[in-house]
Amino acid sequence: MDLLTILQVLDSTVRLATPLLLACLAGLFSERAGIIDIGLEGKMLGSAFFAAAIASLSGSVWLGLLAGIGASLVLSAIHGLASITYRGNQLISGLAITMLAQGMTVLIAQDWFKQGGRTPSLEGGARFEPITLPFAEALQGVPVLGPIYHDLISGHTILVYVAFIMVPVTWWVLFRTRFGLRLRAVGENPAAVDTAGVSVVGLRFAAVMICGVLCGLAGAYLATGLQAGFVKEMTAGRGYIALAALIFAKWRPWYALYACLLFGLLQAVALRYQNIDLGAFVLPVQFMDALPYILTVVILAGFVGKAIPPRAGGEPYVKER
Amino acid sequence: MSFMHKILATSAALALSAGAALAEPALIYDLGGKFDKSFNEAAFNGAEKFAAEGGSYRDIELQSEAQREQALRRFAEAGFNPVITTGFSIASILGEVAKDYPDTKFVNIDGWLPEVPPNVQLIGFQEHQGSYLVGMMAAMASESNTIGFIGGMDIPLIRHFACGYAQGAKAVNPDIEIIANMTGTTPAAWNDPVKGSELTKAQISQGADVIYAAAGGTGVGVLQTAADEGILSIGVDSNQNHLHPGKVLTSMLKRVDVAVYNSMKAGTDLETGGFTTLGLAENGVGYALDDNNAPLVSDEMKAAVDTAREQIINGELNVVAYYENDSCPALNF
Repeated sequence: MDLLTILQVLDSTVRLATPLLLACLAGLFSERAGIIDIGLEGKMLGSAFFAAAIASLSGSVWLGLLAGIGASLVLSAIHGLASITYRGNQLISGLAITMLAQGMTVLIAQDWFKQGGRTPSLEGGARFEPITLPFAEALQGVPVLGPIYHDLISGHTILVYVAFIMVPVTWWVLFRTRFGLRLRAVGENPAAVDTAGVSVVGLRFAAVMICGVLCGLAGAYLATGLQAGFVKEMTAGRGYIALAALIFAKWRPWYALYACLLFGLLQAVALRYQNIDLGAFVLPVQFMDALPYILTVVILAGFVGKAIPPRAGGEPYVKER
Repeated sequence: MSFMHKILATSAALALSAGAALAEPALIYDLGGKFDKSFNEAAFNGAEKFAAEGGSYRDIELQSEAQREQALRRFAEAGFNPVITTGFSIASILGEVAKDYPDTKFVNIDGWLPEVPPNVQLIGFQEHQGSYLVGMMAAMASESNTIGFIGGMDIPLIRHFACGYAQGAKAVNPDIEIIANMTGTTPAAWNDPVKGSELTKAQISQGADVIYAAAGGTGVGVLQTAADEGILSIGVDSNQNHLHPGKVLTSMLKRVDVAVYNSMKAGTDLETGGFTTLGLAENGVGYALDDNNAPLVSDEMKAAVDTAREQIINGELNVVAYYENDSCPALNF
């Protein structure tokens, strides 16, 4: 395997890991605040559709991005309303949001565009174009580092860089700010936060909304960055892989980055090599596809350290009984 | 698939059964959906042609596996005749359901049954023949001596496409390299354009400069990425040349529309109880040539393909079907 091939696989890894990473960080905010969110898939799908639809109608990808985030925020608000205000079951609410998104996107797409639940292909300014970072062309000739900078680091759409910047930002917000401390506390022991006079409901809503923004970015990236349009159910289970990555990362931002890159790499390798011949036996592509889930189960079973979720996760907060 | 879908579709099926006229044909699309720009859309086009000539028909888009039997029974009980279905997956259920409605005629496109009930007609296509022709064109258009194939779900039918394609390419250039990938092993593989894009990029980086997509909705991603990266692609089932004019070399046509139209036209007089196979000779498969791809197809290419077409029709040239011994002479999967 030469450098070029490795770079191509890694390049593909970055593209495949980006939506996972954004969704994973979204889930991180929500779950750290004690709201389990299995509706990541649905929010991404809703955002993907509205991002593509508005970009297609207006011709501006930025308006599309805003619409995508808006759609994701609306779904988040529904989740917040059901699980925080009305103290409903968070799993059921999340599942309902995914189902709602799966049905509504196709229905609205059919009504607006009459193309069978898809949007028209986006062109020109309606798509995120790859960005060439400064000096990428000039440095291309430099051995090893030049191609790495030019092929791997440069040449992605802006949302990819946003996703990677969000990792230190998330870390800083959660572990270095007062807001972050309270947010984590509300996921561990909401009663203590309430005693201190801080609004549990307010904090949880803030977390769910941040989750909505990040899911919106993930969905918009799928439809307007990676692809040129929306196709029904185009998220294809990525929201669930992001959840697996979140558990794999033990609810920590930097680990989330590594987990998403690992899962992205597994996908990229599976796509590039399909069946891998290991000499003694052939590793089928299905095994590679299943590996993220297998690894998550291994982690959950406690083989590689312990994955302890936020203590108050999944429980609605009731002030007094 | 979602619960919401099921409720909507069930109520749609109920509404259909309420206001049915006698002996109208009905059409049941496979899970890819009516507007997949490919296989099911071709069926829809055939039905629309029938409607444009004064006929009328009913159709339903399935949202889950469980709806297959339900939809079949609804249509049969409501007196629709013939009931036309697309996709191989519905065939086994159709075989069972058809026995309960001996007076209704059923058609399935792409399916296979060990025993065909007397009121069922199965229509198959010689996809390997059409794929052979586009494989020849791919090999002639390729400058890098490497061409690609991206399939949807890994099933024998899709391997059948790939096998014909590889044989055609090898006939033009025995040294050509063919990279064949499948998107997945679950029905989600028909609707994952992101994966289609990544596979396309992976194949391009391995040198492919013409890529044939036989992958339903996933193919949209393949054609898009091929157009973005400046290489040629080949569409499938419907004529997909217009999706990216000047970037799609050709499309392997599978005239599902003709099969659906003819079945609807025949109505209750439809002959049933056997297999119909539509190949090059019946114009059931072929390659698309229109204004969008005319500059890409050289006279030499056209002449070679048309000669091969004649030879296949009169039996001088035999394209091996993947089904014959579940393996392909020109391609290893």
